[in-house]
Amino acid sequence: MKDQHLVTLTVNGREHELLLESRRTLADTLRLDLGLTGTHLGCEHGICGACTVLLDGEPVRACLIFGVQADGRHVRTVESLADGDELNDLQQAFSRHHGLQCGFCTPGFLMLSEAYLSTNPTGDRDEVREVVSANLCRCTGYQGIVDAVCEVACARREKTTDA
Amino acid sequence: MTTEAEAPTRWVGNRLPRREDRRMVQGAGRFVGDVPNTHAYHVAFARSPVAAGQILTVDVDAARALRGVIAVFTSGDLGDPQLTAVLERDEFVTTQMPLLARDRVRYAGEPIVVVVAESRYIAEDAIELIDIDIDEWPAVLSFEQGGPDQKPIHDEAPDGVLVDLQMFTDDRLDETLAEAHLLLEETFRSGRVNASPMEARACLADWQERDEQLVLHVSTQVPHQVRTGVAQALGLPERRIRVVAPDVGGGFGQKCVVGREEVVVAAVTAKIRHAVRWDEDRQENLISSFHGREQEYRIRAGFDAAGTMVGLDADISCNIGAYSAYPFSCAVEPLMAASELPGVYKVGRYAARARGFASNKTPTAPYRGVSRPQIVLVMERIMAKAAKRLGIDEIEIRRRNTILADDFPYTGPNGITYDPGSYMEALDLCVAEVKKAGWYEQRGIDDGLLRGIGIINFSERTAYGTATMGMRKMQMTPGFEVSHVRMDASGDVTVTSGTCGHGQGHETTFAQLVADRLGISPDRVKLRQGDTDLVSFGWGTFGSRSLVIGGGSAAVAARKLADQIKIVAAEMLEADAGDIELVDGNATVRGAPGTQLSIDEIAETVHFRAHTLKHHEEYLLEARGTADPPGMFSNATHAALVEIDPGTGGVRVLDYIVVEDCGVVVNPTIVEGQVRGGVAQGIASALFEEMSYTPDGQPQTGTFMDYLVPTASESPSVAIYHLETPCDQTETGAKGMGEGGTIGAPAAVVSAINDALRDYDADIDAVPVTPGVILQVLAQGTRLHEEKL
Repeated sequence: MKDQHLVTLTVNGREHELLLESRRTLADTLRLDLGLTGTHLGCEHGICGACTVLLDGEPVRACLIFGVQADGRHVRTVESLADGDELNDLQQAFSRHHGLQCGFCTPGFLMLSEAYLSTNPTGDRDEVREVVSANLCRCTGYQGIVDAVCEVACARREKTTDA
Repeated sequence: MTTEAEAPTRWVGNRLPRREDRRMVQGAGRFVGDVPNTHAYHVAFARSPVAAGQILTVDVDAARALRGVIAVFTSGDLGDPQLTAVLERDEFVTTQMPLLARDRVRYAGEPIVVVVAESRYIAEDAIELIDIDIDEWPAVLSFEQGGPDQKPIHDEAPDGVLVDLQMFTDDRLDETLAEAHLLLEETFRSGRVNASPMEARACLADWQERDEQLVLHVSTQVPHQVRTGVAQALGLPERRIRVVAPDVGGGFGQKCVVGREEVVVAAVTAKIRHAVRWDEDRQENLISSFHGREQEYRIRAGFDAAGTMVGLDADISCNIGAYSAYPFSCAVEPLMAASELPGVYKVGRYAARARGFASNKTPTAPYRGVSRPQIVLVMERIMAKAAKRLGIDEIEIRRRNTILADDFPYTGPNGITYDPGSYMEALDLCVAEVKKAGWYEQRGIDDGLLRGIGIINFSERTAYGTATMGMRKMQMTPGFEVSHVRMDASGDVTVTSGTCGHGQGHETTFAQLVADRLGISPDRVKLRQGDTDLVSFGWGTFGSRSLVIGGGSAAVAARKLADQIKIVAAEMLEADAGDIELVDGNATVRGAPGTQLSIDEIAETVHFRAHTLKHHEEYLLEARGTADPPGMFSNATHAALVEIDPGTGGVRVLDYIVVEDCGVVVNPTIVEGQVRGGVAQGIASALFEEMSYTPDGQPQTGTFMDYLVPTASESPSVAIYHLETPCDQTETGAKGMGEGGTIGAPAAVVSAINDALRDYDADIDAVPVTPGVILQVLAQGTRLHEEKL
């Protein structure tokens, strides 16, 4: 018999009830059970960060979390960033600064960066470089990613100050 | 070559944001693993735990009995299918690669059994239940073979040599070298690496009875070659197989060959007539996909007293691993190395022997740059050593040997004719920028850290066409590309091509090329590629070919389509077709301002009101274009500023400058992205990455904790300066440039490290330069220094 559990989790604001085997990862839960395939698996051992999602606002590797651990919690994935057809500022900045090429690692970088940006940082270049060093990208050499995150950090901070 | 002087070039050269980005930043890209198929079974492979040996027994009974397991197959169960790469040369030994190992295993990680199960979890459970008994043999890991207990890896090649090419000979070379004022005899090595695309390999096969087709979604750079491999292995005609490469998460060459697992998945689906998927995990990718780069160069180079190279002799050895990769064979790296070693230099007399040795390691595939990261390292280090020995400035010795502007077209002793480039111009500009950036001041800072500068110069042949590839004598000879451009009734355009982009931004750059010729916005042009049912045939994306050959053929097709539109417009506007111009979405008449028709209206008329037109014999608006240039040389100068911590031996690349010339730049943002990403990969293999093995052939770098792909912290900012020497081989004037960043970086970094260790008699000629290597040089150098005192 499989070891299954009834789990309730909220993903991108929507509540789901799922019957999950205890060993099923959060990444597989999102991708295979909920069809949210934006979260990608690059290494399945917690190094590359392509599967980074926000669990109650904190960035986690969805390959290292079991689906059952998300019971009663809130998950945010890359699919939540845009408002309908309108890309958010970070998504636009990634494109503007050529922060992606093949695009496979991009969802993880976006969610990692969203978590960082939610701390209202100054956008210090060295700090941003250190933060995005949590994830791996094989195409870009990271320059566009760093540029994009720095720019959005500054812009969001200015907005907060203005308000 | 036809040129199109009158075509407006408004979109070419523009930093148009990428068309691909919108879906990718929303998580709406569709990679193979994202292709929905809720019914698909999952496969997993039982792999060899040892590097070499004879398979005695394979017991799969317990695996078959596990609940949720659908089927278990060995090689025999599938009819012993195989892939065979062939080079039509006497110096090549043809060997087979079975899809699943039959009687022998030749590397740790080689697939032996495939399990099909309801889920990946169950498939992996089943793998644990498979019992494989192997009589283990001593592993052959290096070029030196034939040890007392060693057995041949392939019986067809008792000495382990799968290809032995004496590419160029010169009877007087030995004499010239013996008489040379300076003779350098040097050995260079490059470590074994893994291209490590962030998306590992993956495929999803399904049987579509209605279309009489096996549909194989696969993460590949070469959909048509996968189709051919599957067709041959399964004995099916090609039309019975459709290969689709949706979004592909990086390739860098690892996916420009056909993986045996991909064909196994197709074979399993053909057998059970059910959808099956395989998502390679990272450990599989690292130890058993395809590696690259493990090479050794034994070089003799002669110089006269003025620093002019008089002769160059190379003995090149490539450790190609256990099998010759399909379809292009294991000869790709040796052939490239021997053919193109001279690079930007006039080397005098030249001879090269290049061999490919089998080993009990993972098979290799061409990896971004293909031997050129090594040959640039070789030539640039040779120049630096000669400069030092002869007391000539490093830039000056390059000036004395480089192919100069007046020399083009230049034919070298390697039989290659070089089209115009900007070799010295790039070098001079780079040197000026290095000075401007204050690197020499930083180099001199005395704070306990050691800093050095490396400036290197190179060219790379790109976009190899049929004639050039034909000289290699591969049984499958790539080169040409065919594109179709179709305008629909609303005036929008669909381009189809045999290329297979995977991060290079083809959807953007092809649209720019086509839009310019049709006088419409690139927003109205959609490129579709990576599907064998979309185009009759294509060679895919590798070797810096796609924008030049695929984009070039799309540009030709667009020009032909423009001519068709002009004929219809001329009839509708009662003007001469020669006077029609396509601008801003309209057909206008030269010399008749205000007389115009929208292209939408023309498209609609051609589709829906053909009866109103006289010239409608051909019907519709569609054109086919081809391109097949011989191949052109891009060039670049790279400069690296590095800092070494003598306490740890760690190297940091502080700053990096690239001056590059890839002809007409279609989209500067995309070109710069390719350069930056390439440089990061080049730095990676210069400093961090190496697939290492134990003496008995066990891979030691099976995770990203051991195999060190650099992060943002190890990747410098790269400043880029463009030169433009338009190419006369293509309609677009563009040259290829996808590999250059990777090609130049190892030489630049190693040169900078040697410069930083100038007080320690450093002479490092191998990559990766790990902290251990640095500490050894520091220890030895310090001892030498003290002995001198």
